[in-house]
Amino acid sequence: MVSHGAKAPFSVWRLGPISLRFEQRALVAAVGLTFGLLLVSLLSLSAGSYPMNALEALKSALGVGDQAHDFIVHQIRLPRLLTGVLAGAAFGVSGAIFQSLARNALASPDVLGFNAGCSLGAVAAIVFISTDVLTVTLGAVLGGVIAAALVFGLAWQNGIAPFRLILIGIGIGAMLYASVDFLLTRTDIYRAGQAIEWLIGSLNARNWGHVERTSIGLVLLLPIALSLQYGLNRLALGDDLATGLGLSINRLRLLACLVGVLLVALAVSVVGPIAFVAFVAGPIARRIAATSSAALGTSALVGAIVLTAADIAGRVALPETDLPAGVFTAILGAPYLLWLLSTQFRKGIL
Amino acid sequence: MTWTFSPIETPGQLRWWRILKMLCLASCLGMVALAAVAIGAKAIPLGDIVNAVYAFDVSNPNHVIIIDLRLPRLVQGLLVGASLGVAGVLMQSITRNPLADPGLLGLNAGAALAVVLAIWHLDLSSQSSLVWFAFAGTGTASILVYFFGAAGRGGATPVRLALAGAALNAMLFSIVSAILITQRETMDVYRFWIAGSLGNAETATIAPLLPYTVLGFAIALAIARDLNALSLGHDLGRSLGTRMVRAHALTLIAVTLLCGTSVAMAGPIGFIGLVIPHIGRALFGPDLRPLLLAAATLGPIVLLTADIAGRVVLPPGEIEVGIVAALVGGPLFVWIVRRIRLGHL
Repeated sequence: MVSHGAKAPFSVWRLGPISLRFEQRALVAAVGLTFGLLLVSLLSLSAGSYPMNALEALKSALGVGDQAHDFIVHQIRLPRLLTGVLAGAAFGVSGAIFQSLARNALASPDVLGFNAGCSLGAVAAIVFISTDVLTVTLGAVLGGVIAAALVFGLAWQNGIAPFRLILIGIGIGAMLYASVDFLLTRTDIYRAGQAIEWLIGSLNARNWGHVERTSIGLVLLLPIALSLQYGLNRLALGDDLATGLGLSINRLRLLACLVGVLLVALAVSVVGPIAFVAFVAGPIARRIAATSSAALGTSALVGAIVLTAADIAGRVALPETDLPAGVFTAILGAPYLLWLLSTQFRKGIL
Repeated sequence: MTWTFSPIETPGQLRWWRILKMLCLASCLGMVALAAVAIGAKAIPLGDIVNAVYAFDVSNPNHVIIIDLRLPRLVQGLLVGASLGVAGVLMQSITRNPLADPGLLGLNAGAALAVVLAIWHLDLSSQSSLVWFAFAGTGTASILVYFFGAAGRGGATPVRLALAGAALNAMLFSIVSAILITQRETMDVYRFWIAGSLGNAETATIAPLLPYTVLGFAIALAIARDLNALSLGHDLGRSLGTRMVRAHALTLIAVTLLCGTSVAMAGPIGFIGLVIPHIGRALFGPDLRPLLLAAATLGPIVLLTADIAGRVVLPPGEIEVGIVAALVGGPLFVWIVRRIRLGHL
């Protein structure tokens, strides 16, 4: 199975008539990332203004801790952690899908303005209709779909050049964020100063209702998204080759875009338009798994870890206050974007 | 789509044609300025406006509104619009980038961050002291964005600059948000001029900044010829005798002065600097000397129109001019991006 001196890119497991082929590195990466996620989760449960060590947090999470710790963990930290993990996974998968479709690491939903569209839809629903959970989520979905249609439609000029897509995404995103800003001036949270927190995205005060929403959405969408992996891998070979392999590329693209937008809408309706999680999850996942395919599952894990880590940083960075997670993702994600730009410029890709 | 209406044959005729267009623009500006004073939550008849200026009567509430609220707002709108328009022309000319704009390239974000830091750490709140920080922030941001956009072969193409600006915007505004969320007092002072509003204009805030704006305009006019030469390309410009370092440095200073004062007066307003040069170029061609004057006239026209629109769309409240500019400027930006062919970027 392994030739001398060469690193095997894949292994095959055989069990009777069934054989399964997988990449070793990807499996190791997935297992490693899962462990990383568990570690980060433990950290998240124990960090914060009410300090507790990891063992107490673990006991509370399992339901055998003492009452004071139990309350904090069960009512505050556990739902916050789970919301972060699920939303981060949704962001990560969505980012990986769009980056694979556009064949460019810069084309992620936050750069392309989809976050802004979902956020506009959600805020519009809150301001004009009601704060009912279903309405807000539907608003976010509608906003995201309209933003995606706008950006892709306007970028279409006999095909979509990546730079035009990104520039138009930036422009539409700026316009949509201005609209969100305007709508927020009409609400109470603007006067209460919470508008900034909403605009930048945060995990504050997330409860079990949020967890429920996100998990239902992910249970529906994640299997569909992961099943797209096969098609996306073939699509990355190029349109002609993919068609030759029997793929209906336009249907696949439409489905992938739809799933991507729905995932982003789900995440934004729960935690706000947190930037850069979708952007960084894909490239990091691909680097860890040492693969050039879209690595959707790995991206989900990386996205979950990134968002949870940003939330932890927000809670421990300053002694008295909680900073929203969105601040840290932007502070860390923007330099990464600048670095990525300079490497892509140097390679002449952009 | 090209216009082929061209009865102009000599440079002299061209000059007269341009003067005519400038006069039209100036009268347009006069009308918009009058409208800006007359229109609002309370409509004021034109006769009152004239009386307020020439025969001020303290007991007449209309006169008070005009002198205390609407006139300063008009003056601020004129200054900010002209500054942003001229700054946009300078930026698009020196970077040869049709998409350059103080908001898009992160200059406004830099000024905002510097001002917030000043309010937070140094407890400053007066315009004349804050404006220096706005300058520092704008200057630093322009150097940073150019540095990042110019990495790699090929130099700073429009796409790279726009992307570097977007990244810088995200980073700087997130730091601003972090500070504002945690510092309530800073937020109260800062909220006074964020979102790009002409609403808090007072003579006391405009007067100290006026010299810097005038200086910025003066520098811009002085380097207009050098920038004309540079627009042919850096090599050609150098061979035509332009002193490169001087031209770049003076442009940076002028842009910093103009953008810094406009952010200090009215907060970050984007997209004006983007679209004014395009409209100006469509009317007057790429020569910078008439273009700068045109930008100084078109800028206030567009900004005041946006301000009026923001005031009349949803009475008695108003939409801040920065938001209107983004709502209108966003589609215009998209239109510009679509028009530019691959080779021209």
